[in-house]
Amino acid sequence: MSNFYSDNKHIKFHLGHPLMKKIISMREMDFADKDNFEYAPRDFEDAIDSYEKVLEIVGEIAGDIISENAEAVDKEGPSIVNNEVKYAKGTQENYDALKQAGLIGLSLPRKYGGLNFANTAFVMANEIVARADAGFANIWGLQDCAETINDFASEDIKEEFLPKFSYGGATGAMDLTEPDAGSDLQAVQFKATYDQENDQWILNGVKRFITNGDADISLVLARSEEDTQDARGLSLYVYDRSHKAVTIRRIENKLGIKGSPTCELVFKNAPAKLIGSRKFGLIKYVMSLMNAARLGIGAQSVGIAEAAYREALKYAQERSQFGKEIIQFPAVYEMLSVMKGKLFSSRSLLYETSRFVDIYKSYQRITDDRKLEPEERKEMKKYQKLADGFTPLLKMISSEYCNQIAYDAIQVHGGTGYMKDFPVERLFRDARITSIYEGTTQLQVVAAIKGVTSNIFLDRIKEYEKESLRPELVFLRKILIKMTAEYEQTAQNVIEMKDDELLDFHARRLVEMAGNIIMGYLLTLDAMQDDEYQNVAEAFIRRAEANNKEKVYYINSTEQRDLGIIKQ
Amino acid sequence: MKGYKIIVLAKQVPDTRNVGKDAMKANGTVNRAALPAVFNPEDLKALEQALRIKDENPGTTVTLLTMGPGRAAEIIREGLYRGADDGILITDRKFAGSDTLATSYAISLAIKKLSPYDLILSGRQAIDGDTAQVGPQAAEKIGIPQITYCEEVVAITKKSIQIKRRLERGVETVEAPLPVLVTVHGSAPDCRSRNAKLLMKYKHAETVTERQDGTDDYLELHDARPYLNIHEWTVDDLNADEEWLGLSGSPTKVKKVTNVVFTAKESKVLGDKDDEIEELIQELLENHTIG
Ligand SMILES: Cc1cc2nc3c(=O)[nH]c(=O)nc-3n(C[C@H](O)[C@H](O)[C@H](O)COP(=O)(O)OP(=O)(O)OC[C@H]3O[C@@H](n4cnc5c(N)ncnc54)[C@H](O)[C@@H]3O)c2cc1C
Ligand SMILES: Cc1cc2nc3c(=O)[nH]c(=O)nc-3n(C[C@H](O)[C@H](O)[C@H](O)COP(=O)(O)OP(=O)(O)OC[C@H]3O[C@@H](n4cnc5c(N)ncnc54)[C@H](O)[C@@H]3O)c2cc1C
Repeated sequence: MSNFYSDNKHIKFHLGHPLMKKIISMREMDFADKDNFEYAPRDFEDAIDSYEKVLEIVGEIAGDIISENAEAVDKEGPSIVNNEVKYAKGTQENYDALKQAGLIGLSLPRKYGGLNFANTAFVMANEIVARADAGFANIWGLQDCAETINDFASEDIKEEFLPKFSYGGATGAMDLTEPDAGSDLQAVQFKATYDQENDQWILNGVKRFITNGDADISLVLARSEEDTQDARGLSLYVYDRSHKAVTIRRIENKLGIKGSPTCELVFKNAPAKLIGSRKFGLIKYVMSLMNAARLGIGAQSVGIAEAAYREALKYAQERSQFGKEIIQFPAVYEMLSVMKGKLFSSRSLLYETSRFVDIYKSYQRITDDRKLEPEERKEMKKYQKLADGFTPLLKMISSEYCNQIAYDAIQVHGGTGYMKDFPVERLFRDARITSIYEGTTQLQVVAAIKGVTSNIFLDRIKEYEKESLRPELVFLRKILIKMTAEYEQTAQNVIEMKDDELLDFHARRLVEMAGNIIMGYLLTLDAMQDDEYQNVAEAFIRRAEANNKEKVYYINSTEQRDLGIIKQ
Repeated sequence: MKGYKIIVLAKQVPDTRNVGKDAMKANGTVNRAALPAVFNPEDLKALEQALRIKDENPGTTVTLLTMGPGRAAEIIREGLYRGADDGILITDRKFAGSDTLATSYAISLAIKKLSPYDLILSGRQAIDGDTAQVGPQAAEKIGIPQITYCEEVVAITKKSIQIKRRLERGVETVEAPLPVLVTVHGSAPDCRSRNAKLLMKYKHAETVTERQDGTDDYLELHDARPYLNIHEWTVDDLNADEEWLGLSGSPTKVKKVTNVVFTAKESKVLGDKDDEIEELIQELLENHTIG
C-alpha cells in the first residue's frame, strides 16, 4: 500500500510552480472544452485539482502494482512467441492497470479521447512510473508517438490512429535506429517506396534496437527519396501492426531495463502512411519526437534516482557498524548529501524544461487555429529557444546524475548492494541505459553547446539573477554571480580560439558549467517556496563552485597542441 | 431489458490495517478520528465482481448502497470513479448505534425500494466490526437466497448465477436463481483503479447535505448534470419502523472491550526425538493452540 505520488511532496511542489497557471490556461485555450466534455476542467483550480487526483491514481498503480512486479519482470523479461512479443506477466498486468485507469493518451486533445494534460503533468506521471520500474516506463512513455501524430499528421491519420491510443490503449514504438545508423540518423537506409498502383507507401528494411518493436502503432523513419544520402531524403511513416508485415528477428539480451523488449525488426512490403510532408521526416518530425522522448528520459532518470536515493537513505539509517548507524560517518552522509543534491537539482531542471516545452508547444497548437499576435510570436520564439537549449542539457545531466546516484546507492549498501536481494542492484543496471539511448551524452553535448555559443544559457542565467530573494538566500546568489562571470569568461576564451576541435574537446565541460549555475539558481528559487531546499541548494552550490573552478583551470590550461597527447 | 441491475453494499470503515499507536482509546474502543476512513476492502472486491459483469454485459447498471454518516458519500464517489453508475447514501441520526440487526434492517428496506434488481453483492466482512453478518441478514430479511464466500462469479444468465466459493479446504462452485445476494471473499481479485476520466467526471458529485455546506464552487453544475447528485435516503424515505432502528433496534450490547496484546513469554528447546515431538503436540492440543 504505497502511493508514489502522495509520498513524494517534491512532485507536488513543482506542480505548484507559478507558471502552471499560464501553462494550463494556454493548454485549455481558456477552458473552451468545459461544456463540451464532462471531464474537462472549468477553471485553473479545477484543472490543478484534476492533475493531482489523476497523479494520485498513477502513484497508486506505481506503488501497488508496478513496483511490486518490478523484480519478477526483471527476471522473466519478454519473449517471442509466434512472431509476437509476449511481455513478462507483470508487464502486461502493469499496462492493463494503466489502460483500465484511462492513462493512455494523457496529453492528447479531448476530441480524440485524450485528457489534454499539460506536458509537465505527463512528465510527472513518467517520473512516478519510472521510479517503480524504469523499463516499464519506456513502454508506457512511448505514448509520445501519439503526440507526434497529433502534431504533424493529417486529420485523417489523426482520426484513424489517435483514438486507438486513448480508447484502445494502443502501444507505440519509434523505429529510427539501424545497424549503420545510430547516433548518425542521417545515414538511415531503410526504404520507403510509393506504390502507384495501390496508392500507398511500402516499407522495406531492417531496424535495430527498437524498444517495444512489436507495438500496435509504430513511427518509422525511412528513406523516401531515391539517390539521396542525407537527412533531406528521409520521411516519417506510421505503421499499423495489424498488417502483420514485420518479422521480429530477435529480442536483445540486455544489462538492464530487462522488462522492456528491445527488438530487431525486418519490414517486408509493409504498408504505411506518410506523416506530414516528404523530406521533413528527420529534420522536423523526428527532431520533435526525440525532444519529447529526451524529456521522457529526463523523467526516467529522475525516477530511478529517486528510487535509489530512498533505498540508500533507508539502509544507511538502519545499518550499524562500529557501534553506530553508518549514516553518522562523514563519508556516508556526504555520499547521501551529494545524491540528494543531484536528485533535487535534476528534478528542478526537468520541470523547468518541461514548462518551457509546454509554453512553446501550446503556442504551436494555437497557430493551428489563428495567427499569433506579434507579442505572442516573440514569446513563442523565446520559449522555443529555451526548450531547444534546455532539453539536451537536461537529458545529459539527469542521465549522468542518475548513474552516479545509482552507483553511490550500491556503495552505501556495501556488499549487500551488490546482491540481487536488494533493489539497488537492479536500479544500477537500469540506470545505465539512460545516458545512451535517445542520443548519447556526447550527442547531447553536441546539441547543448549551442546553448553556450548562442548565449541561451547565459541569457537565462541573467534572468534568474534578477529574481528577488529572501535575505538569507542572497549569499547563494553572490556565489552564483561569481560562477557566472567565470563561466562567461572561460566560454569566451574557448570560442575566441576559433578552433572547432578545441571547442568540441571542451564542450562538455562548458555545458556542465552552465548546468551547474542554472541548477544552482533553480534550487535557490525553490528554497524561496520551501525551506527544505535551502540546505540542499547551499550544499549543491558549494560543490558546484569547486567543480566549475576545476574546469576553468583545466580549460584555461589546455591548448590545441595538448590534444596531441590525448588523441588515441 | 438488457444487462443486469446490480446493487453493491459498501461500508466506509476506519483503516484498521494501518494501525498506529493511538488507534485505540484508553477505554478500548476504536479511535475513529485517528484512522483514515476507507472503502472496506472486501466491498471493493464485491464492486470489482459487479464491474466485471458490467464489462461483459452492456446495459448493466451498478448501484452502490452505503449506510453511514455524511462523509460516507466518499465511498460512493470512489465507486463512481471505478465504474459504478450511481449511489445511495442511507443516513440519519436515528440510525446511530445500530448493530448488525438494525443495519441489515435499514439496508433491506433500501434494497426493496430499489426493486426490481437481479443481484446484490456485498463484502464478506467489514474490517472494523468483523461480524460477517450484515449480508446474510439482509438476504434473510428480503427473502432471497444467499451465497457466501464468493471468489469469482463464474457465469450469469437472466435466470441464474454460478459462483465459485472459497472454503477452508478448497473451492466449490454453486448455482442459485436470481435475484440472489452474494458475499465476496478476500481471495477474490483486487478492484480496478480509479479511472482518470470518470474521476474528473464525478469529482463534483455530492449529496444534498454536502451541497448545503457550500464549499463547492461548482454548484450550478448539479442542475445541468443530474448524475452529480448522490441520493440521500433518511428514515422517512425508507418508511422504517423506528423501533427497529438505532439503539432501540439493536439487541447487541457491548459488555466489555479488552485490549489484547500478544506476547511470547518463554521458549523451550526440544530435541528431534519422536517422543519429545509427541509431547509438544499433546501440549499444544491441550492448551488449544492447535486442534
Ligand atoms: C536498450 C536500447 C533501447 C533502444 N531503443 C530505441 C528505440 O526505441 N528506437 C530507436 O530508434 N533506437 C533505439 N535505441 C538505439 C539508440 O538510440 C542508439 O543505440 C543510440 O542512439 C546510440 O547509437 P549507436 O548505438 O549506434 O552508437 P554509436 O552511434 O555507434 O556511438 C558509439 C559511441 O560514439 C560516440 N559518438 C558517436 N558520434 C559522436 C559524435 N558526433 N561526437 C561525439 N561522440 C560521438 C557515442 O557517444 C558513443 O559513445 C535503443 C538502444 C538501446 C541500447
Ligand atoms: C562478491 C563479494 C565477495 C566478498 N568476499 C568476502 C570474503 O571473501 N571475505 C570477507 O570477509 N568478506 C567478503 N565480502 C564482504 C565485503 O568485504 C563487505 O561487503 C564489505 O567490507 C562492506 O561491508 P558490509 O557489506 O557489511 O557493508 P557495511 O559495513 O554495512 O557498509 C555500508 C556502507 O557504510 C560504509 N561504512 C561502513 N563503516 C564505515 C566507517 N567506519 N566509515 C566510513 N564508512 C563506513 C561502507 O563503506 C559502505 O559504504 C564480499 C563481498 C562481496 C560483494
